[in-house]
Amino acid sequence: MLTISGKSVYQDICMGKLAFFKRQGHMIKRYKVEDAQTELARMEDALAKTREQLQKLHEKALTEVGEANAAIFEIHAMMLEDPDYVESIQNIITTQQVNLEYAIGATADNFAAVFEAMDDAYMQARAADVRDVSDRLLANLDEEKKDPNVFTEPVILVADDLAPSETIQMDKDMVLGFLMKEGSVNSHTAILARSMGIPALVGIGDTLIEAQEGTFAIVDGIEGKAYVDPDPETLQRMEERQREAKERKELLQSLKGQENVTLDGRKVKIYANIGNTRDIGNVLMNDAEGIGLFRSEFLYLESQDFPTEDEQFMVYKQVAETMAGRPVVIRTLDIGADKQADYFHLDKEENPALGYRAIRICLTRPEIFKTQLRAIYRAAVYGNLLIMYPMIISVEEIHQIKEIEKEVKAELQAEGIPFKGDIESGIMIETPAAALISDELAKEVDFFSVGTNDLTQYTLAVDRQNVKLDPFCNTHHKAVLRLIQYAAENIHREGKWIGICGELGADTRLTELFLRLGIDELSVSPSMVLEVRKKVRELDLSSEKTSGLPWGGGKEQYE
Amino acid sequence: MKEFQYVVKDPLGIHARPAGLLVKEAKNGRSEIVIEFGGKSADAKRLLAVMSLGVKSGNEVTVRVEGPDEDSRAEELKAFFEANF
Repeated sequence: MLTISGKSVYQDICMGKLAFFKRQGHMIKRYKVEDAQTELARMEDALAKTREQLQKLHEKALTEVGEANAAIFEIHAMMLEDPDYVESIQNIITTQQVNLEYAIGATADNFAAVFEAMDDAYMQARAADVRDVSDRLLANLDEEKKDPNVFTEPVILVADDLAPSETIQMDKDMVLGFLMKEGSVNSHTAILARSMGIPALVGIGDTLIEAQEGTFAIVDGIEGKAYVDPDPETLQRMEERQREAKERKELLQSLKGQENVTLDGRKVKIYANIGNTRDIGNVLMNDAEGIGLFRSEFLYLESQDFPTEDEQFMVYKQVAETMAGRPVVIRTLDIGADKQADYFHLDKEENPALGYRAIRICLTRPEIFKTQLRAIYRAAVYGNLLIMYPMIISVEEIHQIKEIEKEVKAELQAEGIPFKGDIESGIMIETPAAALISDELAKEVDFFSVGTNDLTQYTLAVDRQNVKLDPFCNTHHKAVLRLIQYAAENIHREGKWIGICGELGADTRLTELFLRLGIDELSVSPSMVLEVRKKVRELDLSSEKTSGLPWGGGKEQYE
Repeated sequence: MKEFQYVVKDPLGIHARPAGLLVKEAKNGRSEIVIEFGGKSADAKRLLAVMSLGVKSGNEVTVRVEGPDEDSRAEELKAFFEANF
């Protein structure tokens, strides 16, 4: 058995025989022609035929992988219409009096070289696009062309890398998975494989050789491994995994579109937590009703300098639009000395968890804070955004925040920039202080969201990163649950809502308790949305039963 | 002749997809549109030329519009850049 590693593109498992992708070699011959006009006429024909093909591929891609991913075929078509590209072919034909095939090959080489010479990975990858469209053009000139990639049974395809058109042309019923020698997880192949729901590994290197054609193999997209000629143990283990993956898929199918409601009619909102715009697809795919926590830190951490207002605006706008009216709770930057953001020039701290972080940075460096708020209010026009402030410990902080909110709105108003200022603004309950004065805080804000990870850490005085402390870190500790209950009662007294965005929200052993406490919203990782929904739909709160509660007894426990 | 500067905000710079949109947009109206960056210039109707300018996030480009409808086209292009780059 040969074990291979690669980067996984799609988390599923497939098993089948290996087939090596045969790219049609274009042996480009160069020869002189008598009549350049004939070559030019051939060129026009080939261009027309190729454009038509690309149009069809674009249409196929639209239905299979969506507009954004299908756009590449429009780009290819545009390349064929680009006067520079066409004129280059024409010039080579007429000045050298040579054949069309050579002129196309040389043109492709020239333009690809321009892109390859650029110091930008994205642009360098565009060289592949120029070659792909040129290959297509050449293929259309080759009358003897036969597609060497016709399979009689579904296979796992092995290739160096696949051009977008090659991937989209695959008969999906015949391809179980991809094993790509090169390519990044953001290459066209990866994106398309993901959209098509086919397990794929990229970057496996040169470990497979053509002699292995026809060998049985397993692609484990969950672990990022592939097993060629697997031993019985591995086969059994993978079959089990495959069963589980299939069950999860079926769960998805059966629960999508279903309401988050208990057997006795109690409803709860289930949202998703994300830390990047790339995850929005997962949010929608898992049928979350909104985003309960949008961790805005990635904007700051993925940058070498402070993200500008406009850069932030584009991102928030994108989330707002993509979520199409579903609520998106943006948490303002939650950065501390423990996160890598050198340009903030944060002093090294003994206790970053207790240190100069999050709202504390925002209130003492209002220029950073205002930039983020401006971007959020501007983006709020495009969807349903809410703001949430982290690490709150006092009413005074909220008053300061409100002053700044007012200033920002007045400035935007004066500058005549479109924005939406009347959006809900809430706070994280993640410090014991916030939970204990939640009666006062509830009067000042529109909602609470409990950050159970930090709340647990601060309440139990346990560093959750320290494995040694696991025996002391009881995530279901009564102290934490009491604080949640207290905060819930206080916010409800004001007629407002409370959500949970920490890991505890996804702990289905606590779902019943949370619903009994009247928690209005659970925001969990996208892959847990349907698990939690399943649990909710199984609950019946009207019954006397209290099974599932770790300590027995009911709400009276806290009174 | 109308001219304006624009600082690109899109994290990927002027990449394939918006460049394609620009080429489509540039074909409207009756003016010639040229994008300048780093000492090089490109006819906005030529996709490969625009892309090979290598404009990255944070770079400033100069857009020159020349033709009978240059006033209106310049305004339209400004809005176009705001929305797509």
